[in-house]
Amino acid sequence: MTAPERECDEPTVQLLTPDGLLQPTAAAEEYAPLVAGIKEEVLRQFYRDMTFSRRVDITGANLQRQGQLALWPPSFGQEAAQVGSARAARAQDHLFPSYREHIVGMIRGLDPVRLFALMRGVTLGGWDPRETGNFHLYTLVLASQNLHATGYAMGLQFDGETATGDPDRDAAVIVYYGDGATSQGDANEALVFASSYQCPQVFFVQNNQWAISVPVSRQSRHPLAHRGGGFGMPGVRIDGNDVLASYLVTRRYLDAARAGEGPSLIEAMTYRMGAHTTADDPTKYRTDSEVELWSARDPIVRYKTWLSGRGASAAFFAEVEEEAEDMAADLRRRTQELVAPPRSVIFAHVYQDPHPLMVEQAAWLDAFEHSFEEGSA
Amino acid sequence: MSAHEDAVPTDAMREHNQHNHSTRHHAVPTDATRDTRPSVAETVHGVHTLSLAKAITAGLRAALRADDRVILMGEDIGPLGGVFRVTEGLQAEFGDQRVRDTPLAESGIVGTAIGLAMRGIRSVIEIQFDGFIFPAFDQITTQLSRQTLRHGGSVGMPVVIRLPYGGHIGSIEHHQESPEAYFAHTPGLRIVSPSQPHDAYWMIQEAIACNDPVLFLEPKSRYWSKGPVDFDHPGLPMHNSRVVRAGTDVTVVGHGAMVSTLLAAAEIAATEGTSIEVVDLRSLSPVDYDPLLESVRHTCRLVVAQEAYGHASLGSEIAATVAERAFYSLEAPVLRVSGFDTPYPPAALETQYLPSPDRVLEAVDRVLAF
Ligand SMILES: Cc1ncc(C[n+]2csc(CCOP(=O)(O)OP(=O)(O)O)c2C)c(N)n1
Repeated sequence: MTAPERECDEPTVQLLTPDGLLQPTAAAEEYAPLVAGIKEEVLRQFYRDMTFSRRVDITGANLQRQGQLALWPPSFGQEAAQVGSARAARAQDHLFPSYREHIVGMIRGLDPVRLFALMRGVTLGGWDPRETGNFHLYTLVLASQNLHATGYAMGLQFDGETATGDPDRDAAVIVYYGDGATSQGDANEALVFASSYQCPQVFFVQNNQWAISVPVSRQSRHPLAHRGGGFGMPGVRIDGNDVLASYLVTRRYLDAARAGEGPSLIEAMTYRMGAHTTADDPTKYRTDSEVELWSARDPIVRYKTWLSGRGASAAFFAEVEEEAEDMAADLRRRTQELVAPPRSVIFAHVYQDPHPLMVEQAAWLDAFEHSFEEGSA
Repeated sequence: MSAHEDAVPTDAMREHNQHNHSTRHHAVPTDATRDTRPSVAETVHGVHTLSLAKAITAGLRAALRADDRVILMGEDIGPLGGVFRVTEGLQAEFGDQRVRDTPLAESGIVGTAIGLAMRGIRSVIEIQFDGFIFPAFDQITTQLSRQTLRHGGSVGMPVVIRLPYGGHIGSIEHHQESPEAYFAHTPGLRIVSPSQPHDAYWMIQEAIACNDPVLFLEPKSRYWSKGPVDFDHPGLPMHNSRVVRAGTDVTVVGHGAMVSTLLAAAEIAATEGTSIEVVDLRSLSPVDYDPLLESVRHTCRLVVAQEAYGHASLGSEIAATVAERAFYSLEAPVLRVSGFDTPYPPAALETQYLPSPDRVLEAVDRVLAF
């Protein structure tokens, strides 16, 4: 069930080998000189982000097991793809996730308890993108968000907020979706629109090899990166478990998008190390040896090796662990405190303007529920 | 989200089926009358206790055995056996040409099933959750439902769309919807929904044998509840409704998981001296009105219950039709109990959102007070 041979031959941008050595591939040539320009504190932050991501996953899975969450979709294994791309975005950029980009949201300022509220079933949304660094809402109907992201990018063009030549103002959009979602009509229509209007947009496909139980070969017989070329935009494959590749390649294409050079597609080769969600049983469809193969390519392990080689001390790593543990403890506590919202929430925001049915039905439900409270009093 | 109860007679059935392998027939039924039903010759005999999910599995297995131009298509229905395990074991038994994991695109699944049907290949599609049928809405409503008409009757569209639907499972958005009204509004589709295992076993086979497209609604919250399945006696054709509890004071009607709620309400009402007659609709399009009208003629009162939004719903259609046809029998207006006209709420609020036995009884009290 591993990727077909010819996919392995596809040029792939990789800077860090799975062993943590800085040995850029041929496809990474243009990016290699840029590594030296990344500030040490930024490099350290990548590590912190990836560690936090994994800790949030562990917390989510545990809380689900304890019945505190309805479900948890882990991003275990995909940390480098998510952290690198998210850190490449500028403050004014907009990010449209699917439902697994927990750390992307956190990097933009999302309090992770909001994610847990969503998975606990106390909200259908959970946050306001204006307060989360333009990190938009999760979307559960696959690839729907791709068109929203393209439309948002069209809006940036319409309002003259991109391609003005001012790098502090020009904005772009990045949309996240999975290998399975690439088959949806919406995913393909978004590529058509973005290409047609030359939108400032990066399509970021996390090819984690599986769509629940279905291998990527069912979705595509050639590298998904080629989908870019087919729609008239650059398509590039990166090692999604290499945070440097994810960061530098996404940065390059977001810069191009902001500068008015149009859209692009990045295929990040990665692996869903965990189950699809806590409701899934991967032993039904994939082999241990495949999981072991990818385990050896772990994004955090290789990065830690490289950072250590550059002088990051044991104290640094210990400090990050401790911060992550504090974050998780706080998160557990606050998740358990999340209570069901009042029933008025059922009706409150279905419409923005007043609507007679909402008023009538909310009043009816109140009266109905009160009839029991009075009856039992 | 995926629960699993092993079908009691699975092994026995497999053995029996293998034994009868050579008797499988290839004829595609061409007669679309409502009592077209698959042969029982190749299935296990006797009465067995099965969950609703495993009764559907058994029905699918019987249909796959009976006609080798029946295929299954869907997301994760192969090695995984579907997220609800309804197709569990079927790919291993029938191979990956007949039980296919498709690319992840619902419009693609339904659209290709139409082309397959043009060659007489009968697709049984699994859509993973109610909320994910909409990418296929165009193919279903503008194509699947109209091919036969467009072809002047020369082309059948033997496509079954299986759809786990409804709430009560505490899940996230798009996993608990009741979208039947959109489809009931579409001419050219047939819609049925079993509420118990015996019906599920037989109705899925009848749906597959039907030459028209059938939306087969599976009440997912009932997947794991068990009941007897009589493998020898098909019972009612799929388009018939049925009185499942006799009563004298009020008739209540519903489909799918709602039937259990109605039976629970009837149980409570009985302790309070009210006798409720419960009708299991079973067929949503067409609606079989006769048993319902007969019931209303003696109870003189009707409550229609559904999880779906009330506005422009199936319940509205039933209320209007009964008012038209049984006006002089009715002692009170027909009342509807529905989900509110809002999207299904976050799971933490679902018990207040969903029509409960209490909500049904509140309406029963009101029709009795007239
Ligand atoms: C339109 C639609 N169909 C089906 C589903 C059910 N579903 C949820 S996730 C998933 C697999 C998605 O795989 P992929 O796009 O590769 O993303 P991953 O989950 O691996 O991150 C499926 C089939 C859905 N959410 N939306």
